[in-house]
Amino acid sequence: MIYDVSHLTKVFGRGRHQVRAVDDVSFELEEGQITTIVGESGSGKSTVARMLLGLLPITSGTLTFRGKDVTHLRDRAEYWRQVQAVFQDPFSSFNQFFTVGKLLNRSMKLVGKEAGQQRLEESLGHVGMDLEVLDRYPHQLSGGQRQRVMIARALMMRPALLIADEATSMLDASLRVNILNVLTDLRDSLGMTVLFITHDIGQACYLADRVLVMEHGKMVEQGPTDEVIFSPRHAYTKRLLADVPKLHSALELEQP
Amino acid sequence: MGTLVDARNIRGVYYTGAKDVVAVDDVSIRVEEGEVLGLAGESGSGKTTLGSIISLIARPPLHVEQGTLEIDGKVQELGGDARIPRTWRGSVVSMLPQGAMNSISPTKRVRHLVWDVMRSHDRRISKEVALDRARERITALGLPVRVLDAYPHQLSGGMKQRVVTIISTLLNPRLLVADEPTSALDVSSQKILIEMLLEMLDQKFMSGVIFVTHDLPVLRTVATKIAVMYQGRVVESGPTQLMVDRPQHPYTKALMSSVLTPEPKYSKIRIEGMSGFDRTSFDAPAVIHS
Repeated sequence: MIYDVSHLTKVFGRGRHQVRAVDDVSFELEEGQITTIVGESGSGKSTVARMLLGLLPITSGTLTFRGKDVTHLRDRAEYWRQVQAVFQDPFSSFNQFFTVGKLLNRSMKLVGKEAGQQRLEESLGHVGMDLEVLDRYPHQLSGGQRQRVMIARALMMRPALLIADEATSMLDASLRVNILNVLTDLRDSLGMTVLFITHDIGQACYLADRVLVMEHGKMVEQGPTDEVIFSPRHAYTKRLLADVPKLHSALELEQP
Repeated sequence: MGTLVDARNIRGVYYTGAKDVVAVDDVSIRVEEGEVLGLAGESGSGKTTLGSIISLIARPPLHVEQGTLEIDGKVQELGGDARIPRTWRGSVVSMLPQGAMNSISPTKRVRHLVWDVMRSHDRRISKEVALDRARERITALGLPVRVLDAYPHQLSGGMKQRVVTIISTLLNPRLLVADEPTSALDVSSQKILIEMLLEMLDQKFMSGVIFVTHDLPVLRTVATKIAVMYQGRVVESGPTQLMVDRPQHPYTKALMSSVLTPEPKYSKIRIEGMSGFDRTSFDAPAVIHS
């Protein structure tokens, strides 16, 4: 186990307008596994990711990363070397005036110059891009390419944990598979732990080793992918699965 | 039932100064009465451009170089400087643009939009008549009438999308062109919207729908026929079941194979998606199933 989340809660607002966005959520991340959180809009899944990244203060609960309490860290620089993120929108997470090279240069400085260059080539290699991309500006790249650059940027730190929040939602289905394959390759070759957040059960099914299901801030079901998706226990998971449009009609008949 | 819409040889080009971009390249499509035609394709395939040409809202830099649109036997020239009678827009063909639900004025109640839409087509219509029409529709589709008095932020995404969909057909258009109406919704709201659309078709609020989306599983639940676009052309079209189960064109095959749905086989195998196919094979001639 690399990460332990225990009784995590986030309350927005106060008094009458109080919203419990995340309500007493506990789960663990196993090292070298891909864990997926699925849920509809407003279920609190992104709020969980932002708290894990330390981008949002926590109302209550504890976060333990590699045996160390990281709930309230003063200095997150070291933590962020080990925990990196890729966000939903590859179009807005870029500085329009930076080439890809300049963008990655910033991470290179953190690694140190000599190791940096090697790390750079390595990271781009992992996402299946060559060094030519370094001279490009973001508008010269497709959405899928941009997202792969964002993953490469995260990989520069050789993080132990990569948190991907809806990282494929804005991409075409045809590019999506590509990014998901990059993530499974990272798990298989580097033993990286991935927390993948999505509203799309189809992607969770393809990618995940474990699936966590959230509804209205609560974690309603969690377990190995096959169990959660193909024999769900909680009523919400069942409804969610029933509502997903399938491509092949025969499979709908098989659904309980 | 007869043919509702017959769009022929449409060519739409963006004049961008440096070089012209042909977004729709000699495309012909037909929609039969009572039918939903699904228009599928990746970003940049030209599906939205085709949708906006058919709904008669093409504006510079988009220029329609050629094409005709026949609805109920009436032929309208689209190309060049053709004059399109304003009665066609909104009341013969209506467009529900992508993201319409986020374009409702945040400081006005929904009923204001209803009144605005109705008034722009009939100067003399009274507020009461306009609102009565909307109330009647909303009730017929099982939504609460109070949504008319709500401000947009008081409605959920799914509800907002249902409301703008109803408003887009208040004028009883023959054809509704809906651009990615379900893409911003979660699966449960998607399902409700699709059921409502089919119900609207049943009650004849409109007589046919062109449903533009990149989401193939959604199309399977709503479309009668599917046309797949790639680089401005329709590469394959035919009845939904046939397109999904036995696609013929290499591009359609590639597109279908990149779809991930929660089906047992997907948790075991690796899918290569588009990159597993030879891109040059996508230039194969179009396959049109009758």
